[in-house]
Amino acid sequence: MTDRMVETTAPPIAVFRGGWHNAAVIAVALVLSLPVLVVLGHVFVPSDDVWRHLVETVLADYVINTLLLMVGVAVGTFIGGVGCAWLASMCSFPGRGIFEWALLLPMALPAYIIAYTYTGMLDFAGPVQGGLRVVFGWGYGDYWFPEIRSLGGAVIMLSLVLYPYVYLLARAAFLNQSICVLDVSRTLGNGPWRTFLTVALPLARPAIVAGMSLALMETIADYGTVQYFGVPTFTTGIFRTWYGLNNAAAASQLSAVLLVFVIALIALERGSRARARFHHTTERHQDIRRIELSGWKAAAAFLFCFFAVFFGFLLPAGQLAWWSFVVAGEQIDARFAGLVWHSLQLGVIAAFLSVLLALFLGYGRRLARSRGVRAAVHLAGMGYAVPGTVIAVGVIIPFAWLDNTVDAFLRANFGISTGLILSGTLAALVFAYLVRFLAVSLQTVNAGLDRIRPSLDEAGRSLGLHPGEVVRRIHVPILKGSLLTAFLLVFVDVLKELPATLILRPFNFNTLAVRAYEMASEERLADAGPAALAIVLAGILPVILLSRSITKTRGTRP
Amino acid sequence: MTFKRFALGGFAALIALSGFAGSAAADEVNLYSARKEELIKPLLDRFTADTGITVNLVTGKADALLKRLESEGMNSPADLLLTTDAGRLFRAKAAGVTQAFVTDAISENIPEQYRDPQGHWVGLSLRARPILYAKDRVDPTMLSTYEDLADPKWKGKICIRSSSNIYNQSLIASLIEALGAEETEKWATGLVANFARPPKGGDRDQIKAAAAGQCDIAIANTYYLAGMATSKDEAQREAAAKVVVFWPNQDGRGTHVNVSGAALTKAAKNTEAAIKLVEFMTTAESQAWYSEANGEYPVRAGVAKSQTLQAWGDFKADTLSLAKLGENNGDAVRLMDRAGWK
Amino acid sequence: MTRQLDITDVAIAYGSAPVVRGLSLSLDKGAIGCLLGPSGCGKTSLLRAIAGFEPVTEGEIRLAGTIVSRPGETLAPEARNVGMVFQDFALFPHLSAFDNIAFGLRRWSAAERRERVGELLDLIGLAGAADAFPHELSGGQQQRVALARAMAPRPRILLLDEPFSNIDTELREQLAGEVRAVLKRDAVTAILVTHDQFEAFAIADIVGVMAEGRLRQWDDPYGLYHRPADRFVADFIGEGAMIAGKVVDRAHVETEIGVISGGLPPSLVSAGTQLSVLLRPDDIIHDESSPEQFPVVARAFRGSQYLYTLRLPSGAEIYCRAHCHHDHEPGEPIGVRLDVRHLTVFAEG
Repeated sequence: MTDRMVETTAPPIAVFRGGWHNAAVIAVALVLSLPVLVVLGHVFVPSDDVWRHLVETVLADYVINTLLLMVGVAVGTFIGGVGCAWLASMCSFPGRGIFEWALLLPMALPAYIIAYTYTGMLDFAGPVQGGLRVVFGWGYGDYWFPEIRSLGGAVIMLSLVLYPYVYLLARAAFLNQSICVLDVSRTLGNGPWRTFLTVALPLARPAIVAGMSLALMETIADYGTVQYFGVPTFTTGIFRTWYGLNNAAAASQLSAVLLVFVIALIALERGSRARARFHHTTERHQDIRRIELSGWKAAAAFLFCFFAVFFGFLLPAGQLAWWSFVVAGEQIDARFAGLVWHSLQLGVIAAFLSVLLALFLGYGRRLARSRGVRAAVHLAGMGYAVPGTVIAVGVIIPFAWLDNTVDAFLRANFGISTGLILSGTLAALVFAYLVRFLAVSLQTVNAGLDRIRPSLDEAGRSLGLHPGEVVRRIHVPILKGSLLTAFLLVFVDVLKELPATLILRPFNFNTLAVRAYEMASEERLADAGPAALAIVLAGILPVILLSRSITKTRGTRP
Repeated sequence: MTFKRFALGGFAALIALSGFAGSAAADEVNLYSARKEELIKPLLDRFTADTGITVNLVTGKADALLKRLESEGMNSPADLLLTTDAGRLFRAKAAGVTQAFVTDAISENIPEQYRDPQGHWVGLSLRARPILYAKDRVDPTMLSTYEDLADPKWKGKICIRSSSNIYNQSLIASLIEALGAEETEKWATGLVANFARPPKGGDRDQIKAAAAGQCDIAIANTYYLAGMATSKDEAQREAAAKVVVFWPNQDGRGTHVNVSGAALTKAAKNTEAAIKLVEFMTTAESQAWYSEANGEYPVRAGVAKSQTLQAWGDFKADTLSLAKLGENNGDAVRLMDRAGWK
Repeated sequence: MTRQLDITDVAIAYGSAPVVRGLSLSLDKGAIGCLLGPSGCGKTSLLRAIAGFEPVTEGEIRLAGTIVSRPGETLAPEARNVGMVFQDFALFPHLSAFDNIAFGLRRWSAAERRERVGELLDLIGLAGAADAFPHELSGGQQQRVALARAMAPRPRILLLDEPFSNIDTELREQLAGEVRAVLKRDAVTAILVTHDQFEAFAIADIVGVMAEGRLRQWDDPYGLYHRPADRFVADFIGEGAMIAGKVVDRAHVETEIGVISGGLPPSLVSAGTQLSVLLRPDDIIHDESSPEQFPVVARAFRGSQYLYTLRLPSGAEIYCRAHCHHDHEPGEPIGVRLDVRHLTVFAEG
């Protein structure tokens, strides 16, 4: 008991200093921000008169379309995500138990894939319109049919696959909400609907906002869907400026402007909730008593959830399955197994590291009183809103520079040539994934950490735990659900990721997403089917696990 | 328990990571290819079977691969850069990441206009971008040139994809060379006014739209039509059967063509094997394969075309030096921006 | 008695803002101390500094004779062997009551651990709830589990941060008594922090009154009440009024309700010195027959008694307790006489 104590006569005493930890957190956060910083660094590179040209011609289109897309997806994911979350967690109607996890399934579908499938079905030459023409004897121009490849179409496509982010977090928030608060509202004369609007919704707000900001960052970074639909947005503009105008500096500057969008978004959200607090004031939790729905209400609830699952998953996945069935013979071979293995391998590695880093950074942010640490951690999460290709370039430049510098140094001083150590390896690719998806794991882990009151840490410390042990013995058990959620989210995201994979992967290393893209971009949609379907199938299991882990975390919250 | 297992699994995978860095065996050549794996791999496999030289492949978008090449500098593992258009080959050369390599064997096989004047790159297959028309609605005698498509008689009848697409950019670049920038811009404005719908989708989508009656004329690369005509999907074959190829500008400079091609990187370490591969790709046999498997035209004279291509007849290709397409690319994009071509 | 806690000239600051200054106190082994003061007085900061969560900027803190904090050096909380009970209890939601209490005993053998936890569960009267999770316990039960958890490793000192603030008011004093009994039975040295003086008096052997980062007085409850060190303490502890007085001689002070006798501090003995006299309600006896009659300004029902506020001719107010069958309406004059056992005076101003 006294072994660790020093008598008064011996001056030095054991010390715990927080300084090194802060420095480490800032260092890691900055390394992860490097690609984004490289992009931002281009702001100072002159880009000729390209900007004048952009402003005169297309910039307004980019800005307006991007904003409309964001507003549309915000509305779509809010209605879909929050609506389904409320119904599936707080109401009782036929099929609820299945919807609880099935509502997450669209998450497994990449947005560009769903865009291809709906176009295949709904465009002028597709089976739906073709069938209508045959049945009614119409020709082109005789009838009106909504154009799928439009801004509105892009909003719907993105909303269909992104609403699960909002659903996931909103549902967790509803499940964790103290029933007492809801009961209090009922006793004050509010009906269930008013209670939802005035109590449950505001209380779940941080979770909903977190989910929507993930969805919106994905929206901003989306290239595949808007490109295919011919909607000029900021992201397509970046590529057009880079590829078409061959002006990488101006493209990077456009990316920097894109980041300003994101920062504004985050600031707006913070500002709006600055004075409100969302901690629960009561300690007691009771089992949820779901609101029994019957008659037309039950039918409406069923249909609402069913449409989300049907249009977000069943229909497009069914189309993919059909295509896969048609081409299975020649597409599914030994090489295909390699694709599956590569995708899973990358997904697991990146997700695992991403969770570790999120834990490290999230913990640093929690411990630190310094603004520097918080700002650095924020910066590290920005990669999510940056298109994958831009991240990839931001990875290539510093990695190649580092490799070449090391090589030149060793060659000059020791006559050894190391060549490229990191560039062109899986390490570079995994790093890009971490940069791109850190926000996902960080958000999830932070949300979990926020639920652990500081007094729990202090209780642990006063009972003899080192800070590291506090994490292992108190946080990890409480956070288990959040960590698993973070792991699965990143895993599914990596499975779907395309642009960074395309640029950074090593020789002879293909993934399912690469295959699906190569086929789809050759406009061989059916041949893209098996790979796309495999992504979906590989994503389903984690999604179901996710749903279970959330249901389980309830009851063990602080 | 599950958490522990999950942690262990992640760690095991992490260790597996280290085994996948680039390799450095003796007989091999490393390829950065903007050509999709599916469209190049069979040929590479045949090369490996013939010579015993392993080919390592990374596919991706041309500009991204170029950026990777530039950043990696002299330590880049890449020996060859394969692109699907001449503009990117031009850019690679301008960026200083390529070197002269064209051997006598190659220059014998490939006509001069499809090679870089300094021998930094060489075209491997020809991709033509003619006019396709719906055969039941268009009288082919009304068609003549690209220039004519700006005529108001085609109002609401033309389908073409976005100006972000490199094939359109190259087409405009060739027109700038032929007509001058001012005339081309006027033409582009007229063409945009004739669009049946805002540009969207790829080339196959334009063909499908023409087949379905949304427009009368589509501008698309021929190999897409070839792909549809030989597709297993009946709907695609039906659509392909409804459109006919028209070769424009046959009385003048010829139909716009582009090439897919290869450049030797400055950092190349397997120069010999790389040149062997390019030579292999220019053999009559490989050239015929391009035509058969990809629906592209051989760059090498005298090589037999596939049946599908034969059915569309012979045509006169624009003899413009392809390096010009690269030079004019930026101007072409700005011009289309100004013309309101989305 | 051995000293368990020694705090010498300690200052604590958040950034440049000092929250505790020049504070010294000490606590004997087995004693229960209490830091009392309004919110923001620095009492919680001091407690956290003892626990090792806050560094000190001046002075030193010793536990059982060993320095644990001094400027630039802060022994980590886990190395101090202090127990802490938090305001929100901070029970680990993922552990049962048993595992919560056993949490700090991981270096103990399983048998010892079981025995100690069992003993504590008995002590807090929750032997039947060992397997219950925190959310299944009532507030009072959670509080007792938190107390047992902190006591389990036999800490050198137990720190309690407003331990009863989450408990219903009626239960507080009762629980405070129970906690005192538990602490005494286990011979625990403890310090608690509160702003509620009744709670402090119910549990502590010695109480420190803090204000604006300084310790005003460190004394037993009787001393605080009857010998307050300054006006703040006099005001803060118990009810009382200040009226003006003038020194007659070294043992007498004259006020508007009569001359009060008692010892005066050496600085205030010269005749004619103006000063303030503290009058507690128990210094004023209700006496119908007294010639000194003052009007009632307000009255408060205190169960068996009324607490009357009376106005003196000068406008000053004093308090007087009277049995509740003496029922006087506001405005009605009542008779009182002085019975001051402890004369407490402060310099004017």
